[in-house]
Amino acid sequence: MSLMPKDQGLYESRREHDACGIGAVVNISGKKDHSIIEYAKQVLLNLHHRGAASADNVTGDGAGILCQIPHDFFEAEAKKLKIRLPEPGHYSAGVVFGPKDKQLRKECDTLLEKAVAHYGMKVIGWRDVPVSADCLGEIALSAEPSVKQIFVDGGRLANEPLEQKLYLARKRAERLVSEKFGESADDFYITSLSCKTICYKGMFMAWQLFSYYPDLNDERFTSALAIVHQRYSTNTFPNWQLAQPFRCIAHNGEINTLSGNRNCMRMREKRMESPIFGDDLSDLLPVLTPGASDSANFDNMLELLHLSGRSMPHSLMMMIPEAFGAKYHISTDKRSFYEYHASIMEPWDGPAAMVFTDGRLLGGTLDRNGLRPSRYTITTDGVVIMASETGVVEFPPEKIRTKGRLQPGKMFLVDTEQGRIITDNEIKGKISRQKPYRRWLNENWIELKGLFDTPHLEHGDPETLAARMRMFGYTREELQVLLKPMAINGQEPVGSMGADNPLAVLSDRPRLLYDYFKQLFAQVTNPPIDPLREGLVMSLMSFTGKKLNILEETPEHCRQLKLPHPILTNEDMSRLRRINRDDYNVQTIYAVFDPDKDIPDAGLKQAIDRLVADAEAAIMNGNASLIIISDKTADANKAPIPALLAVSAVHHALIEKGLRGEAGLVLETGEAREVQHFCLLCGFGANGVNPYIVFEALHHLRKQEYLPQGMGSAQIASNYIAAVKKGILKTISKMGISTLRSYFNAQLFEAIGINKDVIDTYFTGTSSRIGGIGLKQIAKDILSRHKNAYGSRKIDSLELDFGGDYMYRLNGERHLWNPTTISKIQHAATYNDQNAYNEFAQAVNDQSKALCTLRGLFKFNDSEPVPLEDVEPASKIVKRFCTGAMSHGSISKEAHECMAVAMNRLGGMSNTGEGGEDPARYTLEPNGDSKNSAIKQVASGRFGVTIQYLSKGKEIQIKMAQGAKPGEGGQLPGKKVTQEIATLRYSTPGVTLISPPPHHDIYSIEDLAQLIYDLKCANPEGKVSVKLVSEVGVGTIAAGVSKGNADEVLISGYDGGTGASPQSSIKHAGCPWEVGLAETQQVLVMNKLRDRIRVQTDGQLRTGRDIVIAALLGAEQFGFGTGVLACMGCTLLRKCHEGACTYGIATQDPELRRRFAGKPEYIVNYMTFVAEEARQLMAQLGFRTFSEMIGRVDKLSMQEAVDHYKAKGLDYSMIFHQPQAKDHSELYNSKSQASPLKEHLDWKIIDNAKATFEDGKKSSLAMSIKNTDRTAGTILSNRLVKKFGPDGLADDTLEIEFTGSAGQSFGAFLTKGVTMKLIGDSNDYLGKGLSGGRIIVETPPGSPFLAHENIIVGNTLLYGATRGEVFINGMAGERFCVRNSGATAVVEGVGDHGCEYMTGGLIVVLGQTGCNFAAGMSGGIAYVLDEHQLFDTLCNLDMVDLESVWQDEDQKLLYGLIQKHEALTRSSRARRILDAWPDMVGRFVKVIPIDYRKALERMQAEEERGTDTTPATEEVFYG
Amino acid sequence: MAKARGFLEYKRQPVEYRPIENRVKDYKEIEIPLTPETITQQAARCADCGIPFCHGAGCPLGNLIPDFNELVYLGKWKEACDVLHSTNNLPEITGRICPAPCETACTLAVNDDPVLIRHIEFQIVERGFAEGWITPLTPDTKTGKTAAVIGSGPAGLAAAQQLARMGHSVTVFEKDDKPGGLLRYGIPDFKLEKWVIERRINQLESEGVKFHCSVNVGKDISANYLEKMFDSIVLTMGAGQPRDLPVEGRDLNGIHFAMEFLAQQNKMIAGETIPDTPINANGKHVIVIGGGDTGSDCVGTSRRQNAATVHQLEILSQPPETRPDDTPWPMWPRTMRTSSSHQEGCERMWNVMTKKFVGDNNVKEIMACKVEWTQQDGQWKMDEVPNSEFTLKADLVMLAMGFVHVEHGPLIKDIGIDLDDRGNVITDNWQTSNPKVFAAGDTVSGASLVVQAIDAGRKTADAVDQYLRCL
Repeated sequence: MSLMPKDQGLYESRREHDACGIGAVVNISGKKDHSIIEYAKQVLLNLHHRGAASADNVTGDGAGILCQIPHDFFEAEAKKLKIRLPEPGHYSAGVVFGPKDKQLRKECDTLLEKAVAHYGMKVIGWRDVPVSADCLGEIALSAEPSVKQIFVDGGRLANEPLEQKLYLARKRAERLVSEKFGESADDFYITSLSCKTICYKGMFMAWQLFSYYPDLNDERFTSALAIVHQRYSTNTFPNWQLAQPFRCIAHNGEINTLSGNRNCMRMREKRMESPIFGDDLSDLLPVLTPGASDSANFDNMLELLHLSGRSMPHSLMMMIPEAFGAKYHISTDKRSFYEYHASIMEPWDGPAAMVFTDGRLLGGTLDRNGLRPSRYTITTDGVVIMASETGVVEFPPEKIRTKGRLQPGKMFLVDTEQGRIITDNEIKGKISRQKPYRRWLNENWIELKGLFDTPHLEHGDPETLAARMRMFGYTREELQVLLKPMAINGQEPVGSMGADNPLAVLSDRPRLLYDYFKQLFAQVTNPPIDPLREGLVMSLMSFTGKKLNILEETPEHCRQLKLPHPILTNEDMSRLRRINRDDYNVQTIYAVFDPDKDIPDAGLKQAIDRLVADAEAAIMNGNASLIIISDKTADANKAPIPALLAVSAVHHALIEKGLRGEAGLVLETGEAREVQHFCLLCGFGANGVNPYIVFEALHHLRKQEYLPQGMGSAQIASNYIAAVKKGILKTISKMGISTLRSYFNAQLFEAIGINKDVIDTYFTGTSSRIGGIGLKQIAKDILSRHKNAYGSRKIDSLELDFGGDYMYRLNGERHLWNPTTISKIQHAATYNDQNAYNEFAQAVNDQSKALCTLRGLFKFNDSEPVPLEDVEPASKIVKRFCTGAMSHGSISKEAHECMAVAMNRLGGMSNTGEGGEDPARYTLEPNGDSKNSAIKQVASGRFGVTIQYLSKGKEIQIKMAQGAKPGEGGQLPGKKVTQEIATLRYSTPGVTLISPPPHHDIYSIEDLAQLIYDLKCANPEGKVSVKLVSEVGVGTIAAGVSKGNADEVLISGYDGGTGASPQSSIKHAGCPWEVGLAETQQVLVMNKLRDRIRVQTDGQLRTGRDIVIAALLGAEQFGFGTGVLACMGCTLLRKCHEGACTYGIATQDPELRRRFAGKPEYIVNYMTFVAEEARQLMAQLGFRTFSEMIGRVDKLSMQEAVDHYKAKGLDYSMIFHQPQAKDHSELYNSKSQASPLKEHLDWKIIDNAKATFEDGKKSSLAMSIKNTDRTAGTILSNRLVKKFGPDGLADDTLEIEFTGSAGQSFGAFLTKGVTMKLIGDSNDYLGKGLSGGRIIVETPPGSPFLAHENIIVGNTLLYGATRGEVFINGMAGERFCVRNSGATAVVEGVGDHGCEYMTGGLIVVLGQTGCNFAAGMSGGIAYVLDEHQLFDTLCNLDMVDLESVWQDEDQKLLYGLIQKHEALTRSSRARRILDAWPDMVGRFVKVIPIDYRKALERMQAEEERGTDTTPATEEVFYG
Repeated sequence: MAKARGFLEYKRQPVEYRPIENRVKDYKEIEIPLTPETITQQAARCADCGIPFCHGAGCPLGNLIPDFNELVYLGKWKEACDVLHSTNNLPEITGRICPAPCETACTLAVNDDPVLIRHIEFQIVERGFAEGWITPLTPDTKTGKTAAVIGSGPAGLAAAQQLARMGHSVTVFEKDDKPGGLLRYGIPDFKLEKWVIERRINQLESEGVKFHCSVNVGKDISANYLEKMFDSIVLTMGAGQPRDLPVEGRDLNGIHFAMEFLAQQNKMIAGETIPDTPINANGKHVIVIGGGDTGSDCVGTSRRQNAATVHQLEILSQPPETRPDDTPWPMWPRTMRTSSSHQEGCERMWNVMTKKFVGDNNVKEIMACKVEWTQQDGQWKMDEVPNSEFTLKADLVMLAMGFVHVEHGPLIKDIGIDLDDRGNVITDNWQTSNPKVFAAGDTVSGASLVVQAIDAGRKTADAVDQYLRCL
């Protein structure tokens, strides 16, 4: 039976994720053969490392195979059962899981038979599928269903028509069973029911699939095609149905937009009609199986689109459209096809490698970002193997016809009937022209003259402006801190130091409803996108108006209004209102209510009900295509309904009534102004927003001369809109979503502090886990703002209140860091003053009057105390303390080293942050102090991450997200990159450094497992930790991390500090750690994964009480950031991002650094106080050791008798939920992870090259390699660098020649002195973090294809490489040399995004490049052979210039490199170029970043001056 | 923020005084206002801190200091003036004489020189008056409720103005001839010329506040009458009872409380009536006992009266030049401060205890000794240094040793309110034990800063307003 737990505590089953390895095998000729199944088996076995095992280490997360129905085999088997099968195509052989209970099983089967009969087909027999359960793990066994095969006779029907009936019957049966038996028949699941394909799957590790189902090993079991899948899920709960493939697809990746897609599908279902299904359509509803995984829902949708008449490739083009923005050179017809379909359906967006089949076609497609790998090999005898990795089936070189990869957004198709491969162009060209989409669009879409013209500011009514602004809660601070910078710079403003003010629900001030929602963001299971450097894949365009039946295509489908983005000006609104067309009617409804009602919330409720009724009437009676919801009539007598509440209420009510598709919703509101506001409004149903007061407020600011002289009205308005647009792109990209169309309606927010009533009524489906305010409190806040606007006000008060949200103000919003707490902590730390500490802790802990944090309302339950002297000493407790990850760069050398020394003295751990570390710190100080940071952070920029750095850590921390800006990258402006910083980060002084939003080697959970594996290889003695940020679902991710072999998971609160982050991210992304930590503990314990992993938490931790609460919720280690900075002198100037820290902490300015006055002893003092306070609480709670305390939530309860008007609605019972555990040892880290390194290839090399490893002498080896041999060369690099240092060996001291297909991360962090030559090919991440070694990849001699057209290595090569050389005799995939900072590479062709974020190094490309080359490239040089003189169209020219290679120096360098490439790889391409050098040299272009060139010139000038003593970067500060 | 790295670009430019030889010849204010350019630069030094300690820890009023600094930097003086007045009723006073705890709490004071906050405030308000931006603010509607404010010092003025602006009818009673209290009679003109007070009183009067001067409530009108006539009463009479020095010879002539001396001089300048034989330091050996600000004022006034010598004695030890560990930032530091009066010529002595006054009819000299301070169990203990007695010539002695509490006159007795052990009025949220009587300022806290008094006056007004609205 299925043992998926129900939602409990903070666990929500819908937050589960999975990812995996996929593969497909096809015989192009269509010939059915058992060898295809055998190949599929090999593929699966060689992908096993992409899957994961459960807590029992034997149960796999799932594996399966989808192939053609092996008619001969079934015919024979059926005969044994006296069943006579009709001709192939005229019957279906399905696989049906069912309950083990025989009676129940029988009843389910009967219902299925009835459903089949209902559609005029006949069940002609059942077969018990032979299974062999011996191979199964305990957990899989516990959920094992009974597996039966059903044979259905189609009667007169065959092929497509039969397939459609079978679909109806299956959906009907699913519904009947669930209606009749409910959860007791959860195990009933129709794996496949088709006349063409059949699927076998279950809770397996790869090898178990074939042992469990002996059918698959039968020689008669033949197919021309097969799809296989190996799953990695974030839980260990056994569920056989979640295994893949599904009926049409296998998917690797994650559909980020799922919630939007689901909501949009709900909108559409009532409008659906199909000539094929007729009235039977109702049996298909709901189309998307509720509660199923993203991949399962994708399959549901694809199946519907396909079986209702569209071809499978067509359906996939609708669901996973490639990017078609202005930067793409694609055919007009194809662009029209995509635009037309954009008006019908939103993309299913996210990392996706899909393989699909309808039984005849087999294909693969990739998302627009190309975020999952997909490699294929075509053999000379017509077999295609496509898989997440290359080398999964070994062929001799001469048998390989082509090797390739799927490119972003592209499709690959094999038609087994036609017996040929169909290219992307052919498929899409044909489909784009099957209907006159271009003409339909031109003739139908609605254009409004002047709409989205140059925007202008509005004068409005200046007399009432201030009052109206007060009514909508505007503050002085918002104008100055938010709107002004947006208007001036066209960007959202940046802030620093995190959020320390109360959650909206704890605040005394009337907060806007937006503040109660926190943005969700992608971490681990799916990557965020870079909206700046990879913005070409993103779009804010949408269509609004009536949405017609999705199962049809007519010209009228696109009769909609196209909005290039959702921000409308006041003029746009007038234009909208002036639309006067029969087929597009615009109506306005008003979201205001009478504030004088005695019971304000009743007034509010009535008003919302009326609003909803108005909307309905506008559609039903007014035939509206567009409804404007307006609060413009709010004034002294009318209060506005919060815009978010208004739009979400209308949106959900219309969905319920099946009317939402009838009209678009546009908001006209004085309330919206921040990025967060627009994102929420769109996420909850608005198609467009007009923030009318903003344009008046900006006019006012301009009149008051707050904006630079000379800025015109149009420029200001455009800048503001641009800032909002960028902000929206950034917010959706955080979720890994590329288009606003699929963000619309997706509700990618979590509510913190709103009660169930409000959520269920108006924000259906949103997570809200701690209760909170209801309509009453919402109404109270509206009225209080309204009174402040129109009621009594002191005549000498300012027009707008200050606010105090960003900056502390006495009468403003509260802050936990305030003059009292800062001065007390400093007095305590500096003078080792216990009284001062007590006062500090008191001020933080006692929130009885001034609530700031959720834990402020926690209370300890009475317990039997123990004597204080029995409690373990503070000196032991402080070892659990860490300092936050702050890079040397974000803070000064002095501050960084001060923390390291302090933590080393205490035996705790300091963290390098993302910025490398000076190797000089690995030597002890004369007094015995150590400046070596115990934790080495590895973040997306990989700055300074070398093999030596990794080898020197006690722990390596992978930063997946940061509390202050989860899902975002960072940027260190060139002017802050001093000589010192540049050296540490292996970059060039003065050149901007960019950290990408995602780790480009982690797009999925199995990628994270791979990086963990890489890092364990780089430091086999160290621990690996993964840093996550608290949000709903973080627990399931933590479970995945634990399964991925990490030793620790860190749950950061949203409120943690930062050097620089956009304000909306500081405030609105992520959750308090209390919730995330509790969820993590609960989910880990439920999965029995807690005991093998350590849990840390951080985020505004300050006192012993904080520590004890965190421990009771499940943490065993604790990170401190701001508190430690305060000990070193920080008083929260919040100027880190400006480098103007007067305390010499967050600055690189030598003059300011001289002011640094922190001392390690201050930190030691503070930490000791915290530990002592924790000890006292432990004594009070009766704990002698710290470990005893971990996970004991039973010791916590909620403060009763809270009389705060908002906080009293809070309910922490979910946080205090205690999952079942065998004993306390399952509640904390009581054992270690199993070591994954035992089988590693390097041990053999280390044994066989003793001369090198013992004496540093030369050795040479040769060996074969397979794709399952991952991270080759990394353990040996660790050993070498530990023994000989980073420069201890001469080049080529150790030479190894490999033959075969190398696994991922070949040569990662390879150290100097080692040369690895690979004859064959390699998977992703080759040369990751290359640290001086040399890698050569050679196409095997005898391969029949052209090396330079052949994908020989995978994606994301040389990520973060610092030095070394790579020569590749073939093409590489996407993101070649991403963030390379020093390696030299020669390659014969690259995919999209080559040299992205590169900061140094030298690249030669001897062939074609994909698009977006050099995006974010701030350093280094690339030489690209541009034979067609079109390279500039493929290059992102934002930061680089293109030059021809005319200087002697350049020519010599280039020639030398090509010569070396030829010598090392025997490249014929290189030979040809060298032979025709005088002709060829002119065809090269040199790509050089603008900043980099300046920096080089500056350095050269310095060198020439020679005697000048000022370093080249001194001017960096003042220039 | 004004300017990202303003504090690195510009140094603090202290306000300069008129030359000593020139300024001691008159009683005019001694500060020379900085030029507009300099002020812009000084404002540019403000870092607009995330936690502005000036505002949040230093200034009792919570003046929006970073905000007006930025506005001054941007040249938006009018808005700066509004911002300043939104928290402070008397910025022209605090801009002149406030010891500026905001500046010692400035984050730049940690390792640099603080922003010149007080003088920026001065410049804002003076420009406001010069430009005519500071006009009466009268409420649209009157509440019909009445309040009597007893005493017109800073607490009284602030309370009165706030109450009037809230629509209440306010009457201020002042026992002296003119309103202003200590501002008018305690602070020498060379620090605060009295037209400055007039200017503000005019605004209050235009806003409807009535002033009844030369009325000593409790004597001239009874507490009972007051209670009958007004809906609420606010006591802001200050802490007028000076600390005495009851040693041998105390009753000799020539020994005065500082306030007698200072008030006489101020009245003289204002042309008010003074005794026939006023206290005069001309040609005399002056001893000022007490090392605080009042003492310093006596020094400056004696200098201007051409004293022969001036000594200022302090019983405590000399504070260090730099911030000592016992008052770390952002606390008000116990450091050595040298006032403009000290610069004008006086000898300051520390660790000195006066033992007796010697003379016939008039004091001739004082006898004093050295003391030393030691700390025992956290308590400071004072011991005389054996054989350290010495004498100083003294024709005129000023006792400037602070104030003990509000004067316990008939009003306090008759109106029936509770006092604490130290003789101050007890309040709960500014309300005394008599519900319709409120109290603020030194009356409640004992002698303190003007800025504290303004703050108390404002907060009391809020409490009174709440009370009146519930009537």
